[in-house]
Amino acid sequence: MDALNSFIFSFFNLKVMAQYLPLVAQGLGLTVVLALLIVVCGLALGLALAVIRSFGLRVLNWAIIFTVDVFRALPPLVIIVLLFFGLPAAGLSISGFAATWLSLTLVLMAFSEEIFWAGITAVPKGQWEAARSTGLSFLQTLRMVVLPQALRITVPPLTNRTIAITKGTALGSVVGVAEILGASQSAMSFSANPSPLTLGAIAYLVLFIPVVALGRWIETRFAWKR
Amino acid sequence: MTHSPPIIDARGLWKKFGGLAVLKGVDLSVAERELVFIIGPSGSGKSTLLRCLNRLEEPDDGSIQVDGIELLSPKTDLNAARRRIGMVFQSFNLYPHMTARANVMLALRKVLGQDKDQAAQLAARALDRVGLAERMDHYPAQLSGGQQQRVAIARAIALEPRVMLFDEPTSALDPELVGGVLNVMRELRQDGMTMVVVSHEMAFAKAAADRVVFMADGQKLEEGPPAQIFDAPRHERTRAFIRQIDRH
Ligand SMILES: Nc1ncnc2c1ncn2[C@@H]1O[C@H](COP(=O)(O)OP(=O)(O)OP(=O)(O)O)[C@@H](O)[C@H]1O
Ligand SMILES: [Mg+2]
Repeated sequence: MDALNSFIFSFFNLKVMAQYLPLVAQGLGLTVVLALLIVVCGLALGLALAVIRSFGLRVLNWAIIFTVDVFRALPPLVIIVLLFFGLPAAGLSISGFAATWLSLTLVLMAFSEEIFWAGITAVPKGQWEAARSTGLSFLQTLRMVVLPQALRITVPPLTNRTIAITKGTALGSVVGVAEILGASQSAMSFSANPSPLTLGAIAYLVLFIPVVALGRWIETRFAWKR
Repeated sequence: MTHSPPIIDARGLWKKFGGLAVLKGVDLSVAERELVFIIGPSGSGKSTLLRCLNRLEEPDDGSIQVDGIELLSPKTDLNAARRRIGMVFQSFNLYPHMTARANVMLALRKVLGQDKDQAAQLAARALDRVGLAERMDHYPAQLSGGQQQRVAIARAIALEPRVMLFDEPTSALDPELVGGVLNVMRELRQDGMTMVVVSHEMAFAKAAADRVVFMADGQKLEEGPPAQIFDAPRHERTRAFIRQIDRH
């Protein structure tokens, strides 16, 4: 029983949890802001790159493919650390928050570009031909015929990837961002008790279970009969 | 046959894919209200010829006039020209995320610049012409192949093209659905539409075509009224092809 008591004291210490709830809640707020910024910017950039790639300009496409491959290959933590410690060396100071945001945005841009691009190329050539044969321009066809179909195909892989990358906000704790994990870790050292980590885990569940559910809802909403 | 200037006047069309010459100097002239049928063995270049006529395929050489417009000239507004040339594909190619009516409305709104009400009205009229007034709000997946192809025809004719190109419009259909599509094409013809049809529907060709063009190896081998091509072909290859088709 002693072991159980000590486990409860360490990880479910209600007194400690109550004391540090506000700090972890602040961390949750910061994680939400960071995640939203990453999702909006990362997906917008990824879509923009995929659209530019569909113009088929060879040199530009090489540049896109190279950039995308670099950010898909590097571990996100490496990019964060490089930006956070590297940019100041180059005379540009960057906050931990900005370094985390920029890194994960670039990673999401890279992965989502590939997913959007796969979606665009999965739309049958006949769709382009039918639309162009009625006099629609390239951009009109892309916007009104191809992208709506491509986006529907991309919703499942995109939600999965987006959730995986936004969970990477926890990496911000390494460069001093007081998001959920960072806040919980501070609380843990102040209180000399790991219960705040439990709070942190609960905060992640509170945040991401609805996000996962939303992803599921979007998937069913965007599925249409073929 | 009429003597008005041709709607389509294509001369010396060449098209190569890689090293393979698929069209070798083909001429094709189509008069107003004429229905020209193109037949020939698989790979003879029928689809390629048709697709050159609205520049879905870029010819390597030659000239194409459609309704007086120099289609291959760099000065030509291709999108403006294309709305005068309707095309119907073997695989329908309806937009799956739009209802039948929205499929027809898209180009009316974005190419002709019509407002929503006007486009909706014209789309309804076009769908009525192909016998699908009842199915306007259905999505393609909720329609049979024959109905989908009729929507595709409505999508093209709503723009009031000067000529309609059909590339094997019934080849992907179950036999019992072919008749409905051919009926719509027959009515179009009666309304005076100029048509170029690639198809294996020989009975339809005999009944409705003004002229039949036989293609082989990227060349126009023989052309003439259906009676001549089907009953008294001059070339041995035409004869062999007709014999083979008739066996089916
Ligand atoms: N985009 C392309 N790239 C390479 N080769 C092509 C392409 N399109 C057509 N071809 C080739 O050109 C030749 C003529 O093709 P086309 O589709 O015009 O023939 P077709 O007469 O319509 O045949 P079918 O009756 O089978 O439809 C074929 O050998 C085909 O493989
Ligand atoms: Mg063909």
